[in-house]
Amino acid sequence: MTDSPSKKERPLSPHLQVYRPQITSISSILHRMTGFALAIGLFLVTWGLIALANGRETYEFFMAFCASPLGQVLLAGWTAAFFYHLSTGIRHFILDAGFLYEKDTAGRSGWVVLLSAAILTTLTWGYIYRDFLLEGGVL
Amino acid sequence: MAEFTLPRNSKVEKGEYFPTTSENKRVFKVYRWSPDDEKNPQMDTFEVDMDSCGPMVLDALIKIKNEVDPSLTFRRSCREGICGSCAMNIDGVNTLACIKPIDEVKGDIKINPLPHMPVVKDLVPDLTHVYAQLASIEPWMKTQSTPPSRERLQSPEEQHLIDEASACILCFCCSTACPSYWWNGDRFLGPAILLMAYRWIADSRDEATGERLDQLEDPFRLYRCHTIMNCTRTCPKGLNPAKAIAEIKKLMVARSA
Repeated sequence: MTDSPSKKERPLSPHLQVYRPQITSISSILHRMTGFALAIGLFLVTWGLIALANGRETYEFFMAFCASPLGQVLLAGWTAAFFYHLSTGIRHFILDAGFLYEKDTAGRSGWVVLLSAAILTTLTWGYIYRDFLLEGGVL
Repeated sequence: MAEFTLPRNSKVEKGEYFPTTSENKRVFKVYRWSPDDEKNPQMDTFEVDMDSCGPMVLDALIKIKNEVDPSLTFRRSCREGICGSCAMNIDGVNTLACIKPIDEVKGDIKINPLPHMPVVKDLVPDLTHVYAQLASIEPWMKTQSTPPSRERLQSPEEQHLIDEASACILCFCCSTACPSYWWNGDRFLGPAILLMAYRWIADSRDEATGERLDQLEDPFRLYRCHTIMNCTRTCPKGLNPAKAIAEIKKLMVARSA
């Protein structure tokens, strides 16, 4: 094996390119990505705090930004990331205690986490938009 | 640092097409690479007549090798899921070709070598590094006490602790399904080797438990496991490497408490 007639370098076999997405690995990478998104989103929160300390005008500008479509999308993304990260955080806590390692629970707990993040985000934004939803007759 | 794309010499190109005249056919797309020419890897397409083919993916590969392209290269031996030779990525998931029914795959059957490994030829990955990692955990019984005049005895409960880990056939489906092993395989031992390590740690007859844990107490060797659990999901023998790794971590905590 050491003295192969060819000096050609061996290729690396495909990995991410071919591996079918698994609920296990997807929920894991989402945990990292949402963690990153939360850190970035803290800039928005910090801005809010600084604006508040700076007085009425800057705070109103901040609130106007938050009410704008872009601000709403950013906030919605941040809350979704927050609830997902919170849910997987709890899942990892349970894993660290030594549970949820069975073949079925390993994958299922990933789905539970996704579902819980979706429900919590929907509830939060449903609450924020409750007047709008009530008036529109959606609720 | 994790490299998410393939190096230039590893990019997979379009390959050749081998049709069949049969009505009852399945399409197999197979990763090919040979050290004997200057080409990049390519995906060859083989149409296989299912009227004259066995039920498993390995049957189709053997049929292709016998009847279409004798240069197709893959490892195989027992054809019943006990030797671990024909481990490969089939339809996006690592498994053993000999126990993977063709019927379980919808559409074209895509076959790649075990992921993120150096390729020797076609579906044969270079396992030198994982074997070296296996040797590094010293997978044999270590004792200091005077050997008894007969076998070292275990209770059924003690044996039960290592039943599962002992059933590992070292096919490395799990290690090569682990993203953490893809990015840090040079230093992270990976699920297969850690399952083996646990097999000796948990063995009631082994007397080197502390030494074994010392050897694993390392940010990379053990703790690059982030409980992703792709390993447990893919194991063709239904074993649970993720749980074994969690048990090792628990022992680490217990002994430092």
